Amino acid sequence: MKYEHWLDNPLNVRKLWRGFLIVLALTVIAGFFVDLHPHFEIEKWLGFNAAYGFITCLLMIVGAKALGLFLKKPDTYYRQDERDD
Amino acid sequence: MTSLHPALILIAGALLLPFLRGNARNIAVLSAPTFALIALWLLPEGKLWQVQWLDYQLAPLAVDKLSRLFATIFLLMAAVGGLFALRQTSKLEVPAAFLYAGSAVGVALAGDLVTVFLFWEFMAVGSTLVLWSAGTPGAFAASKRYVAVHLAGGVILFAGIAGQIAATGEASFHAMKADSIATWLILIGFLINAGAPPLSAWLPDAYPEASWSGTVFLSAFTTKTAVYVLLRGFPGAEILIWVGIFMIFYGIVYALLENDMRRILAYSIVNQVGFMVTGIGIGTEMALNGAAAHAFSHIIYKALLLMSAGAVLAATNRRKCSELGGLFHSMPITTICGTIGALAISSFPLTSGFVSKSMVTQAAIDGHLQAVWLFLAAASAGVFLHAGIKFPWFVFFQKDSGLRPADPPASLRWAMIFFAFLCIALGVYPEPLYALLPYEVNYVPYTAAHIITQLQLLLFSGLAFFVMLDYLKRTPTITLDVDWLWRVAGPEAAKTFRLALTETRAGLAEIIEARRLAIADFLTRHRRPEGLLMRSWPTGSMALWVMVLLLANLAFFYLR
Repeated sequence: MKYEHWLDNPLNVRKLWRGFLIVLALTVIAGFFVDLHPHFEIEKWLGFNAAYGFITCLLMIVGAKALGLFLKKPDTYYRQDERDD
Repeated sequence: MTSLHPALILIAGALLLPFLRGNARNIAVLSAPTFALIALWLLPEGKLWQVQWLDYQLAPLAVDKLSRLFATIFLLMAAVGGLFALRQTSKLEVPAAFLYAGSAVGVALAGDLVTVFLFWEFMAVGSTLVLWSAGTPGAFAASKRYVAVHLAGGVILFAGIAGQIAATGEASFHAMKADSIATWLILIGFLINAGAPPLSAWLPDAYPEASWSGTVFLSAFTTKTAVYVLLRGFPGAEILIWVGIFMIFYGIVYALLENDMRRILAYSIVNQVGFMVTGIGIGTEMALNGAAAHAFSHIIYKALLLMSAGAVLAATNRRKCSELGGLFHSMPITTICGTIGALAISSFPLTSGFVSKSMVTQAAIDGHLQAVWLFLAAASAGVFLHAGIKFPWFVFFQKDSGLRPADPPASLRWAMIFFAFLCIALGVYPEPLYALLPYEVNYVPYTAAHIITQLQLLLFSGLAFFVMLDYLKRTPTITLDVDWLWRVAGPEAAKTFRLALTETRAGLAEIIEARRLAIADFLTRHRRPEGLLMRSWPTGSMALWVMVLLLANLAFFYLR
């Protein structure tokens, strides 16, 4: 099957995903071999930055969604007042 | 007074542009900022213009390392923004943008508070005109809200400056402490322009309404001028740490919920300025260097991101992520440039963000501010989440929208390519930028430890994005912000008040009318021809009463 772009091929996308996961693992494994100069006690845990980045991002997404429950409106919400101008 | 003022060169260029057409105009657009840049770099340091005004010594042109750094990036931005906007059909936009940029340069080169205030207000005028030149009803409505906030901020700043001059007896602009009403007012005036809470909504409300090129100009000057005046006026003011951290997370959360591609980037301006404000609050030489360096690199990559968004808007006339996607097929250059900007804003190694933002984080580490550092680290991951991946993913990749617009014309392309080049060049070779910073730099960004920890943070943030992708799917919604207060609550309150007032007045009028009728009735009852007081009395009754009186008199006489 011919694709318009090599990124449209699901096989290539799967390869990219695999590459991404390998790089993720490498960054954590590198912690064994390189002194990461921890500045704070908490940073001494293996893969602290990886876990911290992942977890805080999940929290931010959940927090944003929670806020969205109260503050989300259809994007026509302000049309009315624009017409008054 | 022999030296040329770079701000006035650019403003003169702005005034000249409306009279030019065709190639002459194009040449003027590119050369006005370039001449101003050359003039800036020919200036020695020191207070070059001194003016006596009333009892005060003013210095409208004062140069040191910090002001030269900001004036340089403002002029560079004006030049490349001018290139990007060469094909803009509005004849108002570029002159307005040059007035705006020139005024920003004027603030950066001002040695006294009076000059700061003058150029500050010119900036508000210039930026409002840039918004107007978009020519849409939405932009006009937004510009009215925008100018209202900035004029209010200007009034607060003016009150502060007047108080400060009255208290100290001199007008020079130097580091202050927020310890009096006047200095607090100055700080508040500065923070309003930085996009700080509680009025931050002016920024994401107005900026995305400008034209495809207008937003590029708007993103650069107002907030970064505010960063400059905070750097000079309030270094080490501790409250700024927390104001900055609030801005950082406000930007992330709102950008995550946003659907308009340029509003995502507008929220991320607040987020990035938050890093700078936090750095100013930390206040060490490393932190102040970091804030200044980050302002410099931020202007470049944010302009680049908004140029790529502007190219998409110009080509497709669509601005919502939910209607875009798959553009990498036909806009490869825009996609690559936008992605480089996205990597730079996320502080990926080898980009400008990595060498500048890290200095702020390092300052938090050096000061043993663990809580601040944890916030900044989470925020770095969050930047990648809300701008670094989200913007390019939803605009250029994700589902295919079926749109196949071509890459933009040469002037837009070269502006993007040049800024993309700078994002990488500053990341690979930061020494020239470090040399421009106000304090000596003892910082090595590229250590194995720093690269690995940063990659861990960012890549796992990327993983979180794709894991949670279902929750991040764009919906045609907006998220209410404090501008709701003046767009809905204020007008509603005014309407309710007016209604209550009308009703009360009607009620009062009714009561008054009833009283008036009662009084009139009372008066006429007694004063009409047959009324008690007006009717004629028979002579007989008069004689009778006279007799009664005389008899009474007689009776009293005998009783005495």
